[in-house]
Parts: sequence; structure tokens; C-alpha cells
Amino acid sequence: MRNQMRIFFDAVSENEAFARLVAAGFFAQLNPTIAEITDVKTAVSEAVTNAIIHGYEGKGGTVELFCAYDENRLQIEVADRGIGITNIAQAMEPLYTSKPELERSGMGFTIMETFMDKMRVESIPHFGTRVYMEKDLKTE
Amino acid sequence: MEITWKTLDHILMVKINGDIDHHTCEILRQQVDQALENTNSRSILFSFAQVSFMDSSGIGVLIGRYKLVQRLGGRIAVACPSDRIREIFRLSALDKLFPFFETEEAALADLKGGMKK
Repeated sequence: MRNQMRIFFDAVSENEAFARLVAAGFFAQLNPTIAEITDVKTAVSEAVTNAIIHGYEGKGGTVELFCAYDENRLQIEVADRGIGITNIAQAMEPLYTSKPELERSGMGFTIMETFMDKMRVESIPHFGTRVYMEKDLKTE
Repeated sequence: MEITWKTLDHILMVKINGDIDHHTCEILRQQVDQALENTNSRSILFSFAQVSFMDSSGIGVLIGRYKLVQRLGGRIAVACPSDRIREIFRLSALDKLFPFFETEEAALADLKGGMKK
């Protein structure tokens, strides 16, 4: 069975917890393990934080969260219409951060890649960024 | 997030209760830095026993505090991280910067021992 949902919310840090809880609640319908749901929450938190801090540079905007599942395959997209990423390969390097003054670790993409099965980033400078993630649940 | 702290022998013992993300880490950063300054502490013991969630924002906070206490001649120790948090620390090589302990007592003993050297 396929099921999906899409929400839009303000790019403010208060909504980071909201976004990961919404994703966790949606996928809870599949009875994932605690470890699997924690993977999803962590990946969503990283992507939404990136949209707020890097996409909109803290100036506000709208973040889109799309979640879907087909049988045991989870699909997540997090998108913004912010400044975009000019060098995606560099942005995805572990420990690279464009905002060291904010004590950012530069580990966001690495954590998304580690905790999800697939991760891909599409970005157009001045138009925005969309992060695609997939994960197969091991549970029935 | 709720943060409580106390001091012992220039060690700031910080207990964190709740989620650590980009939103809450600003509160954590401010309160720890202020407590460090007000108490003349040099080292920090972070207890993660009651941390329910952490993303990479927590890594940034810990690296920042690590640099801070290094300038003061102190150290950092982390107690009671969950397996997930430990994995995030390992991914970012934080386990190379400071030690992790199963209990607060062990972390405190390590920091006290380091101060005597």
C-alpha cells in the first residue's frame, strides 16, 4: 500500500522538533523499530535544520516536508526555496561547514547518508534545495 | 530541554534533559558558557543520561565547549550517552577529542584525576 503526506511550515528553529515528530508519527503506521524511527527523526532534523540555517540563512521562509511509503520503503523529501548550494560535493564533505561561526559541525549530510539507505541533493543557486532520502524498513 | 548544573573542584557538571537540536543547543550553549564563567570552572562533565534525541547540532556545541575549556586548561568528559548518540560522536570523531563513560562517577573521577596531573 502507498501512502503519502506533504506539509509546509515556517523556517524557524521551533519547527525542527515538530517536523521530525510529524515524520515519525506518519511512519509509525508501519510499526518500525525504535532504531529505525530514530534514524528517520535524525535525518529529518538535519535536513530541516539545513533548510533553516543554510537555505534561508535564518531569515525565514517556508520549508516543505514530504513523506511517503510504499510497502516497507520510506521516502522523504525536504525542500526550501532559499539561496541554494553552489557546490553540492563540497557541502556534502564530512566536517565541511559554510557557517563555522555558528558552531555548525558540518556533519548534517554525513548523518543523513549514514542513517538512511539513499540520499540525494538537488539544488539551484537562488532557487532552492531539495533533499531526497529513502530507507527500507527491515520489519514487516 | 532542561539543564541543571553544579560544580565540584572547578568541574562544571551539566545534566541535560530533553532533545538537543539546533533550536535547543543555543540555550545549552548560553547556559553552559555563563555557568562556566560564573563558577570559575575549568572542566565540564556533560551527562547525557536524560538526552532523548540529538542531531549534529550537539556536535557543534561540544566542539565549541571543548575549545573553550582548552583555553582554560581544562577538559571535557561525557557520561551516559545512548548508543545512538555515541554513534553520532564516533561519526564526527569526537571520541578522539574527549572520553566517554558509562557513569557520571567514572567521568568525574577521570576529570579529577586529570586535574591532579
